[in-house]
Amino acid sequence: MELTFYIAAAVAVLSTIMVITRYNMIHALLYLVVSFLAVAVVFFTLGAPFMAALEVIIYAGAIVVLIIFVIMMLNLTQEDVQREKEWLKPSVWVGPTILSAVLLAELVYIVAAGTPPQAEAVVAIDARLVGLSLFGPYILGVQLSGILLTAGIVGAYHLGRQKKKVIHRFLQERSAAA
Amino acid sequence: MNASTMEAALLLAGVLFMLGLISVLIRRNVIFMLISVEIMLNAAGLAFIVAGSKWVQPDGQVMFIFILTMAAAEVSVGLALILQIYHQLKTLDSDAANFMKG
Repeated sequence: MELTFYIAAAVAVLSTIMVITRYNMIHALLYLVVSFLAVAVVFFTLGAPFMAALEVIIYAGAIVVLIIFVIMMLNLTQEDVQREKEWLKPSVWVGPTILSAVLLAELVYIVAAGTPPQAEAVVAIDARLVGLSLFGPYILGVQLSGILLTAGIVGAYHLGRQKKKVIHRFLQERSAAA
Repeated sequence: MNASTMEAALLLAGVLFMLGLISVLIRRNVIFMLISVEIMLNAAGLAFIVAGSKWVQPDGQVMFIFILTMAAAEVSVGLALILQIYHQLKTLDSDAANFMKG
């Protein structure tokens, strides 16, 4: 279980780094799926199998497919890839990266030199407990997320709608003549 | 679950969140910025799961479900906005939207 966790964590970090450094969007989305799957494995090793399933279904499934649909609708060209490439020149980010790496090494050292570990077994929290909690003390939150999703649907429909251009027939004839 | 793994999981959540934040700051493509926000939300959810696993309570997982719901609503509205930006400006460069003077 321990080794599984560390390997999945390493995969998650590496694939997330690949996501944020790709110029091509579809490549980035493939790495994004890998990153979500690795986080799902981490959830599993932490004793949350129901959340691992939800992560795979909703994040790696629904949300990524939604983004892919939009990318296909936009029909992007090579120019966008070139423009992103110009923004990510090494001379721009090397200095801040080295300084941040020093800070990260300090943080890792502080965390590693913390309290000594004590052996405990993994306790899984299954879907039944989560459901009892959701529809017990958190029932107001469930209703609020229903309202939030309704607002999201209505908002996405309203914002994404293509406005129909209404041209008066007099102007139409003039533009046809010109 | 022993304490060192717990700390490593929290560290993983922090690293993923920082990667998402860095990506939001350096990318100029609005779709990449949306993806980075998704990474940050996922890292925050991971921190909730770790906390719920630490105290053996389902509350952390309930919070993760709420974060998931919020992420789904947010990505649908965000993608609709991206479509509108692309139809108005014919580009995905977020700098091109500076006429809003925000």
